[in-house]
Amino acid sequence: MKKTDIVIIGAGAVGSALARELAKYKLDVTVVEKNEDLGGDSSKSNSAIIHTGYDAKPGTLESQLVVAANPMYDKLTKDLDIPFSRIGALLPAFTEEQFEQLPALKHKAMMNRVYDIEYLTGEQTLKMEPNLNPEVKGSLYIPRESIIDPFLLCIALAENAADNGVHFMLGTKCTGIKVEEGAVTTVQTTAGDIQTKYVINAAGLYCDEIAGYVGKADYYVTPRKGQFYILDKNTSCKVGMIILPIPTKITKGKLMCPTIHGNMLVGPTAEDMLDKQDKSTNAAGLESIATDVRKMIPNVNLRDTITQYSGLRAQRNPEGLNIDVYDDLKGYVNISGVRSTGLTGSVAIAKYVVDLMIEGGMKAEFKTNFNPIRKGTPIFAELSNEERAALIAKDPRYGNIICRCETVTEGQICDAIHRTLGARSVDGVKRRLRAGMGRCQGGFCGPRVIEILARELGIAPEEVRKNDPGSEMLTGKAR
Amino acid sequence: MSNKIYDVIIVGGGPAGLAAAVGAKKAGAKDVLIVERDISLGGILEQCIHPGFGLKTFGEELTGPEYARRYIKEVLDLGVEYKLETMVLEVGDHSVTGINSKDGLFIAEGKSIVLCMGCRERTRGAIMTPGTRPAGVYTAGAAQRLVNRQNMMVGKKVVILGSGDIGMIMARRMTLEGAKVLAVAELMDYTAGLTRNRVQCLEDFDIPLLLSHTVVEIKGNKRVEGVVIAEVDPATKKPIEGTEKLYECDTLLLSCGLIPENELSKASGIKLNRITSGPEVNQFMQTNKPSVFASGNVVHVNDLADNVSEESERAGKYAALYAAGKLTAGAEIPTVPGTNVRYICPQRVCPTEPATLFFRAAAPQKNVTVKVLAGEKEIFSKKLIKINPGEMEKVEVKPEQIAGATQITINVIAN
Repeated sequence: MKKTDIVIIGAGAVGSALARELAKYKLDVTVVEKNEDLGGDSSKSNSAIIHTGYDAKPGTLESQLVVAANPMYDKLTKDLDIPFSRIGALLPAFTEEQFEQLPALKHKAMMNRVYDIEYLTGEQTLKMEPNLNPEVKGSLYIPRESIIDPFLLCIALAENAADNGVHFMLGTKCTGIKVEEGAVTTVQTTAGDIQTKYVINAAGLYCDEIAGYVGKADYYVTPRKGQFYILDKNTSCKVGMIILPIPTKITKGKLMCPTIHGNMLVGPTAEDMLDKQDKSTNAAGLESIATDVRKMIPNVNLRDTITQYSGLRAQRNPEGLNIDVYDDLKGYVNISGVRSTGLTGSVAIAKYVVDLMIEGGMKAEFKTNFNPIRKGTPIFAELSNEERAALIAKDPRYGNIICRCETVTEGQICDAIHRTLGARSVDGVKRRLRAGMGRCQGGFCGPRVIEILARELGIAPEEVRKNDPGSEMLTGKAR
Repeated sequence: MSNKIYDVIIVGGGPAGLAAAVGAKKAGAKDVLIVERDISLGGILEQCIHPGFGLKTFGEELTGPEYARRYIKEVLDLGVEYKLETMVLEVGDHSVTGINSKDGLFIAEGKSIVLCMGCRERTRGAIMTPGTRPAGVYTAGAAQRLVNRQNMMVGKKVVILGSGDIGMIMARRMTLEGAKVLAVAELMDYTAGLTRNRVQCLEDFDIPLLLSHTVVEIKGNKRVEGVVIAEVDPATKKPIEGTEKLYECDTLLLSCGLIPENELSKASGIKLNRITSGPEVNQFMQTNKPSVFASGNVVHVNDLADNVSEESERAGKYAALYAAGKLTAGAEIPTVPGTNVRYICPQRVCPTEPATLFFRAAAPQKNVTVKVLAGEKEIFSKKLIKINPGEMEKVEVKPEQIAGATQITINVIAN
């Protein structure tokens, strides 16, 4: 039987951040992930914002960890070589009713120790974002609200963890946890049993099911769907910051912001669901985004959309971020209630959990050779012509552009496949490099990416998948 | 890369680029370079293995690759230079910046440039089809490449959304390859593509064509498991509740329109037309930048490769004349789409030379008269039994007819 010190269940943002945090210690760590690729479920489809925590419920664990996490991203993203931008957020008020809420929102930010929030007049607001509804009466400006690439964050955290010795078991589902004499002993998976001293439940949307294996499901999780539009980089009406609506009692509302790659992101809806796998979009949801966002940005051109997607937030009932250890269940850590702030919170949650485990008696000695630095695949589209020429001279495959919309080269695709925890599927390539994420949505590069994946992985083209087993791109040879 | 200055540099080696090269050479250009991003010359023709090409140009029916071969042979015989697997990153007034594995990054200089980048397909995202995002949703052209060039099947039970020519041709192709095509759904109440394709690709194979229908949902988490098709109100194009029907299939192909590929044109400051999404040109296929010409589907989406070739030979010819200093600019007259006309290409006419005006109707109409006006004066009219947006029409105008006019208008009027 496979033996390890710690099993982390889930390789979303929290699981990946935990893996990297634990990689700093002389511990044997294994991550079990049901999906074939990193990035989990909720972690890969969300609004890609690194929040300040200005609007968290003051005094909660969520407030504490999100507020603590935000300043960590400057160094982290440099170390991991992933894009990150502190573009700031605006909360514009267009009606008297909204305007009257600004002081309370500002006070809440202060309670959350987000002191760098500022009030702007309508005129100042329009100067910063000329595409806002000119009716704007004033706004709150939160400079440290930031954007990131959520796939790359998870992938880079996990890759760096793996390079520092963490084992990842992808495509492996946890099917049970054995407890003996009040302590966890074994994690049962579709790839066999793993003997372990610790289990950390970072299963996000499915964390209630995992908790059920050890009798700690005193809550349940329902999916809350959020649908989004992605707009073409060339769309006429853009914003430079994250434009957030004034929240109502029911919802935080729908935002518009640039993505880290220069597209516009518009959404999300908030629809309570039952099916944890239903990530479909629907016409009514998409229509509601259009109606709501036009109130803030009247000229937003949703016909410039290149794709729409939906993500599922893990809604805990009762709600709230909870990190639990148990006197009657040694070695088990339960993380639940990680919701829309989870991407931001992940790195602080990881630190908090590890600290909690050490306080609880876990022997953890620092490694002397932990390497925090990860070097990403070169981003050809962002290089200068001189850098491009140098790269092609070194490896001619960088001269062969496969994805013309996002300028992704064969050299990059090969690197993404062959690096640690590399791409194994069309979506894997897309999430790492953006090949197929542009305006033609893989119309031109899709067939070429299938060819390259088959060649580099040594498999038949008909074995190439979009993502998980069952998502084969082709059905066989033509006759 | 040598320091040679080309007479004409052509961006794209598909039907437009090949014909532009031929046109340029025949008009006396000495050094002509084609820059092509794919692995061979011929562009999309290489995957169009069906017949129907060349009736106008060669007076016989050829397949796409056969049609391409004729032009490729001529291009090679005329001594045109070309670079394959080369991506153009930037177009200047007299240069193109490109990259490939062999030369790395290079700048080629030319006295004139012809843009022949063709077009791309509208995607599922662009038409906002709701539902899940499984494997098995392809644009018809991507599927055509996989089947015809890479010898791979994309699915076994297929629904096609959109009745563009590629969609109808792929309906037949998939059937011939052993797949079952359940239906072709079309949002409009008429087919988007050519009548001959409707007859030869759908009717001859008993493939149901559902006019005024659309896909309202894609089902399946990993691979497509089905699509829901609903009837739409012909006036509003909104799905009619209660008409939804599930089609169990593993593949959805999209043939919902083509968009000229103008990222390079846009970046280089070329004026684009709002309707065609392509560069605005005169009858010499000259853009607002005098040294830059454009032709083929990058300008406006044609229904026949033969039309692309004709237009592009013309672009090549005038690009060569420009390079030789023999094409001088003068005042131009704008063309204006009137009643039931969606667009006219060229958008400007130089009144000292004759011009062919290509145009498309905005909606299908029976028993009509096409009237061409120079200013207020009618200079031409012809009767047609029917007019269809899927089939391009043309009229000729002569210098003496349009001299002094401030604009040229085409109207399509019921008889």
